[in-house]
Amino acid sequence: MPMNPTRKRRLTIVLSILAAAAVAAVLAVLALQNNMNYLLTPSQVQSGEAASYSTFRLGGMVKAGSIQRSSDSLKVTFTVVDAGGAMPVEYTGILPDLFRDNQSVIATGHMDGARFVATEVLAKHDETYMPKELKDAMAKAHEGKQVEEAAAAQDKMP
Amino acid sequence: MTPELGQLALILAMLLALAQSVLPLVGAWRGNRALMAVARPAAAGQAVFVAMAFGILAWAFLRFDFSVQYVADNSNLALPWYYRIAAVWGAHEGSLLLWILILNVWTVALAAFSQKLPEVFASRVIAVMGLIAVGFLAFIIFTSNPFGRLLPMPGDGADLNPVLQDPGMTFHPPMLYMGYVGFSVAFAFSIAALLGGELEQAWVRWARPWTNVAWAFLTCGIVAGSWWAYAELGWGGWWFWDPVENASFMPWLVGVALIHAQAVTEKRGSLRAWTILLSIFAFSLSLLGTFLVRSGVLTSVHAFASDPRRGVFILAFLTIVVGGSLLLYALRAPKVLGGKPFKVVSRETALLISNLMFAVAAAMVLLGTLFPLIGDALNLGRISVGPPYFGFLFPLLMLPVVLLLPFGPFLRWGKGDAPVLKQLLLRAGIAAAACAIVAAFFVDGQPKAIAGVAALVWLTVGVLLYALKRWREMPRGRRYPAEMAGMLLAHLGVGVFVAGVLLSESLSVTRDVRMAPGETQHIGNYDFRFDGVHHTTGPNWTADQGVVTVTRNGSETTVMHPQKRTYPRGQVQTESAVDAGVTRDLYVALGEPMDANDIEGAWALRLYYKPFIRWIWAGGLLMMLGGLVCATDKRFRIKRSAKAEAGAEAADGLQIQETRA
Repeated sequence: MPMNPTRKRRLTIVLSILAAAAVAAVLAVLALQNNMNYLLTPSQVQSGEAASYSTFRLGGMVKAGSIQRSSDSLKVTFTVVDAGGAMPVEYTGILPDLFRDNQSVIATGHMDGARFVATEVLAKHDETYMPKELKDAMAKAHEGKQVEEAAAAQDKMP
Repeated sequence: MTPELGQLALILAMLLALAQSVLPLVGAWRGNRALMAVARPAAAGQAVFVAMAFGILAWAFLRFDFSVQYVADNSNLALPWYYRIAAVWGAHEGSLLLWILILNVWTVALAAFSQKLPEVFASRVIAVMGLIAVGFLAFIIFTSNPFGRLLPMPGDGADLNPVLQDPGMTFHPPMLYMGYVGFSVAFAFSIAALLGGELEQAWVRWARPWTNVAWAFLTCGIVAGSWWAYAELGWGGWWFWDPVENASFMPWLVGVALIHAQAVTEKRGSLRAWTILLSIFAFSLSLLGTFLVRSGVLTSVHAFASDPRRGVFILAFLTIVVGGSLLLYALRAPKVLGGKPFKVVSRETALLISNLMFAVAAAMVLLGTLFPLIGDALNLGRISVGPPYFGFLFPLLMLPVVLLLPFGPFLRWGKGDAPVLKQLLLRAGIAAAACAIVAAFFVDGQPKAIAGVAALVWLTVGVLLYALKRWREMPRGRRYPAEMAGMLLAHLGVGVFVAGVLLSESLSVTRDVRMAPGETQHIGNYDFRFDGVHHTTGPNWTADQGVVTVTRNGSETTVMHPQKRTYPRGQVQTESAVDAGVTRDLYVALGEPMDANDIEGAWALRLYYKPFIRWIWAGGLLMMLGGLVCATDKRFRIKRSAKAEAGAEAADGLQIQETRA
């Protein structure tokens, strides 16, 4: 059947859409694979779940009294805890305004031995809000134990 | 008593919205003119009651009526009056009220200016606007009542989130919502066209300025948001590929595609189905934007406290709107097809390519933004997609757009000719290459910066060559009609924007340092001297204020005062100091004192030197201006008969008619 101009034009349009979609899909999948960051809690890291990721996000509460600043540089260390684990974190730079004791934070970085070296630290944006994914991740790791209680329990540990 | 009147006004508005949507739809279906005539008065009545509700809430804020929960939550006695007004849309309930108010502004304008459209079509358009209003009013009344009481009434309220106490944030939401909601007009047009089973080119012409204005507002809102993030979040970044930002960016991208597709449909009758599809997506993504920001399902650097239960309502609403309109599209789209054929080398093809790139870019952003939700649903774990995903794919998709942009206007409708394009390629290409070589010496051979200069010259020379061609070949008075001028302005804006992005990203110097009073840091030819921190107070905050003196070659450039503010309820907020300039910004933000008990000692400071960063927003504002100028074209308003139209087309020998290409 000979192609009339309308059909030919439609075919061109459809083919170019398909080609663009295919290229875009391949690129998107590649870029996604390289840039997916998993969110893990300290206890998940300690149970070895982080072994397969070079970079991941660590979420939990800042243990009260654990924030230690270096006196001559911007280096700061603190401990992130959840109900069943604790993880020392090292960060060089300026912390967000809302970063303080018992605050939920998400740090992006990698493991260096037993320490977590963060390249970015985010604190929650207002007092009543905990990021949903963090809440879920912590609930999942500990079947409903109260995070606040856990943090308090951590404080009492020697 | 007054807040209850507000509640009542909202309920009455919803009943009128029901009348505005159902009756004219039935009327248009049955051919009953009396029912169709209900549309306009019902829309006007709804607008009156919504405006009343909005006014009552604003009045409650101005009068410190803390017996209203929403007022008590978002303001206090110390909050200045201008931020009390801004507080009306500072949280969930009020921002929805603003949404519906703006929808009514658009509907009333639509009702007033649509007198020349066929009655059946106009009543369907207004009815679709009414349906949207019903959905949002129901959402407010049933899940997010801003007039809920708080008894006993507290003596003072809480506070407006300090991050929102900024001029940029005052304008950002209304502008953004004007854009979001403005796409509802194009959406209503498409749905009305699908319902009627026909789409006349004249109607598309009439719809174009509405889309342009909505898109211009959205551009303005995004620019304001970006500037706010830069000045207020204290990191000196202007775009983070954060879910909340992506939410406003997706409708913008589809909006760009829609504006260009509408031009093709109006001028040539082609791409009708595509135009309709784009207008459905532009509005659906606007709804999704509201959903993403307000439901709290995604973790975002500036996610505000919100209630996921409300998300369920918006999700259901979204499903009905998207599902319903796509179903209608599938059933009726074949009826509205048509248009003139075009060759491979033609303006249609150029516009189609840009359309595809923008649509794919929007899809890419959508995938990256929603991927954490998909991963969650498939039990892949808690995933977030990092900015490098967007930072890699987006420039890749926009590269062909930037390269092809200068050719677009030179191409003719239907069939273009190659020699003109070769000439353009040669001239603009040589200019861009020459400037890039010169620039390479000034930017230490930084490839990104060189690319920025080349892109700026390529786009600017391309646009100016076309402006010159018009000047030479067209008679006086017909050279630059508003539509043409708007297109040229917006395209120049693209060049300025691209140059701003590439130059500021490659040449910025950012340093986080520890500084004791008297110490100096050398950054980008400037010397920043830290002169210590003292205490200061404002209308509703106290602050540690730093003094940083900036000198260049020994002469003082400026004295900057970054602050670390503390608001009444203990919220801490960094207020960065910015010394703005055409070619560079200097940016200083206070971190924290090295010793919390000694604020007069050493501090952590962020010192930034940001060249050409203002060009990013200047480019955005030029695009906005282009959209607005374009919409003022007389051609969109005067209704000409088909015969006169054909005569005008024939008279234009060049066929390079006024185009918002």
